[in-house]
Amino acid sequence: MADHRPTGIKRWLFTTNHKDIGTMYLWFSFIMFLIGGAMAMVIRAELYQPGLQFVEPNFFNQMTTMHGLIMVFGAVMPSMVGLANWLIPMQIGAPDMALPRMNNWSFWILPFAFTLLLSSLFMEGGAPNFGWTFYAPLSTTYGPPSTDFFILGVHMMGISSIMGAINVIVTVFNMRAPGMTLMKMPLFVWTWVITAFLLIMVMPVLAGAVTMMLTDRHFGTAFFDAAGGGDPVMFQHIFWFFGHPEVYIMILPAFGVASEIIPAFARKKLFGYSSMVYATASIALLSFIVWAHHMFTVGLPVAGELFFMIATMFIAVPTGVKVFNWVATMWQGSMTFETPMLFAIAFVILFTIGGFSGVMLAMAPVDFQYHDTYFVVAHFHYVLFPGAIFGTTAAVYYWLPKWTGKMYDERLGKIHFWWSMIAVNLTFFPMHFSGLAGMPRRIPDYNMMFADFNQLASIGAFALGLSQLFFLFVIIKAIRSGKKADDRPWDGATGLEWEQLPCPAPYHTFDTPPKVS
Amino acid sequence: MAFRRKLVASLTAVVSFVLSSVVQATADLNMRPGVTETSQEAYDLHMMVIWVMTGIAVVVFGLMFISIFKHRKSKHPTPATWSHSTKVEIVWTAIPLIILAALTIPAVKLLLKMEDTSNPDMSIQITGSQWKWHYKYLEHDIAFYSNLSTPREAFENFEGEQSEKGENYLLEVDNELVIPVNKKVRFLVTSDDVIHSWWVPELAVKKDAIPGFINETWTQVPTPGTYRGQCTELCGKDHGFMPVVVKVLSEADFDQWVISKNEERIAAQKAAEAAAAASWDLQKLMALGEKVYNSQCAACHQIDGSGTPPMFPALKGSAIATGEVAAHIDIVVNGKAGSAMAAYGAQLTDAELAAVITYERNAWENSTGDLVQPADIQAFKAGN
Repeated sequence: MADHRPTGIKRWLFTTNHKDIGTMYLWFSFIMFLIGGAMAMVIRAELYQPGLQFVEPNFFNQMTTMHGLIMVFGAVMPSMVGLANWLIPMQIGAPDMALPRMNNWSFWILPFAFTLLLSSLFMEGGAPNFGWTFYAPLSTTYGPPSTDFFILGVHMMGISSIMGAINVIVTVFNMRAPGMTLMKMPLFVWTWVITAFLLIMVMPVLAGAVTMMLTDRHFGTAFFDAAGGGDPVMFQHIFWFFGHPEVYIMILPAFGVASEIIPAFARKKLFGYSSMVYATASIALLSFIVWAHHMFTVGLPVAGELFFMIATMFIAVPTGVKVFNWVATMWQGSMTFETPMLFAIAFVILFTIGGFSGVMLAMAPVDFQYHDTYFVVAHFHYVLFPGAIFGTTAAVYYWLPKWTGKMYDERLGKIHFWWSMIAVNLTFFPMHFSGLAGMPRRIPDYNMMFADFNQLASIGAFALGLSQLFFLFVIIKAIRSGKKADDRPWDGATGLEWEQLPCPAPYHTFDTPPKVS
Repeated sequence: MAFRRKLVASLTAVVSFVLSSVVQATADLNMRPGVTETSQEAYDLHMMVIWVMTGIAVVVFGLMFISIFKHRKSKHPTPATWSHSTKVEIVWTAIPLIILAALTIPAVKLLLKMEDTSNPDMSIQITGSQWKWHYKYLEHDIAFYSNLSTPREAFENFEGEQSEKGENYLLEVDNELVIPVNKKVRFLVTSDDVIHSWWVPELAVKKDAIPGFINETWTQVPTPGTYRGQCTELCGKDHGFMPVVVKVLSEADFDQWVISKNEERIAAQKAAEAAAAASWDLQKLMALGEKVYNSQCAACHQIDGSGTPPMFPALKGSAIATGEVAAHIDIVVNGKAGSAMAAYGAQLTDAELAAVITYERNAWENSTGDLVQPADIQAFKAGN
């Protein structure tokens, strides 16, 4: 079938094709990743040694805030939506997403949302400086004027995410090829459906939080102001009711990616498919009842602390099941270690390390010592960087031949992997130690006793920053001059997109539903 | 192969660098056990979880590495075909459940103990504000602010100069919180502006200071000494510059400290009264005013009065600092609701208030020539 599409910029502006939109999401998230990463470089440069060398404390706070916001909302979330767009229709045998125009819109909101957010850096008073968690009253009464741009930006990102999530749910429930029953769907599709439900449940809560901020700032309400009968702690409850599921929103699709890649390179079926699905669903459900573990020091009633501590610890059970299943998938397989597999294995190991520190942090009486220190920074970077980002990186290497019809250079891919692997650990592992030694997070300067670990982390961070430029080089080289990919570049890969479509996948796929065995 | 050799060589270099730095810093590798019963129990629990997690890591990663080594295509060309085992799955769901349940028991016990603030021997109200702590002894007539005492020159190294940084760099204050040894001290923690968090690692006490609410926590320190911590909740610009220092004294020394603190207060009161009664000349007001300004106001309004607008307005040439005197006194004494400007009426003496207002009205080419006397402040407060 012939493709009818405008050419040039119009193709990208008006496209309703899931592949084009997926590509735009992925490139957008990578640009945001570089911007957020540049901010991390500023942070690490300032923390390279004690004393204030490069930036004022207020600008430092703007950097930590914007780094967090950009990475969470601009880099990780859109990259996952990009993967969903590219893969879900092909994996379930659908011709496109169910709501293609909405798909176009949900992408095109993002550049505007982030222009708004980033423009705040150039405003009088500077960008938001209250942390990506924007606790009231620091973000309400004490926030800079640009806070209103931040609020509007968050609203727009929220709308975009909700639309993206609705699209995934509608597509998966209505457009599966005949024979593609729910329990036959690839795990990536499963994890994304569950993620989509989390998104439509919590993004409106975030929207509520920022709206309350807006009215507190400008319309005389006092939701978060004790002097007017409000409660600053209520802000944290609302924020973390969004924030904790948000953590799983960022990681679940990466679970799905690992569950596709590990079986492919172990040449063995995923172990315990149904328990993987149930474990993912339990993690998602549990994520709604653990939010206050971020708030053990705010003065919760002791019964509340007990509840949130115990509930949190039990998240380790379904998470453990997933890790055990991945290991069991590898067991007695016939493994090869191409770049996607390397990233997927590193994902499992390093994410699990983040899980271990997660169990430690769940224990309220010890959390009093860890809370708001670099130990927490180490923990969540271990689940986000080698978790979500290694997951996405693995996915890019794995599906690149399907997307572009070209192979990346395996040797460069492996260099990229080892470079990232060393740098990521050099950056984030020492943070465990500086946290345990007593270094609070979000400070621009510190006592001499934290100097060694900060220096290590900074060196690691610079290497990690550079490795992303190398990644860009590897990908561009593959697209421009990569070897042509076979239709089955990975002999162990299964699923409709590998078994029934050529590489690269044509612009329109599955106009007639495929047969699912 | 050459590439591989190079890779191995550079890997070895990196690893040995990491190891040597790690060894260098071994002293700070782990959580400090601290000095209180609760901090030591928290440390024990921390060590217990670390070992349990390490054990799990060894088993899981161990199996994984065996698999990576043995079940690679070159050694294991035909993959197994099994992909399910209910028995195994039940086992590896049950075992973590049991381990976690076992970890919960000591955690619950310790948590209940740490949150039991009943029957204190004395109580101290801790109030955070941007960016200092205020301590008020409820049983004694003692109250004071505690500010960072590391000089700004020591940390502002922008032009490449590096000032000497002492052992307690950024962890030292002008007035420490002083408590007696072996007494259960209850802390009532709150805030004047944004959320802060009061943390002393050695005591394992961390509690958020929340405006409009009072949180309770406690400690009982068995050994005299000085224990240092920091604010751990992002509270704005100088969040990194509001340390907590607790000095634990023997009971006799503490009683002595209370007496001297009271004498100090009476003397200060007398001096303040005398100062307030006197009429000050411009030079004297400016001298004291500059000192007060640099310690209390410069963090936001900057040494040169340029501020960081729009959050912290400039005072140089500002409408308030060059306009009506009464409005200027009002904003300094009472603060400005809905902004970061705190009320200094109770934080500074009348003479200090008069001096700092005079300073702001005459420094940086404001040159209004206005003299604000301590008596003016008294009159303002009386009419307030």
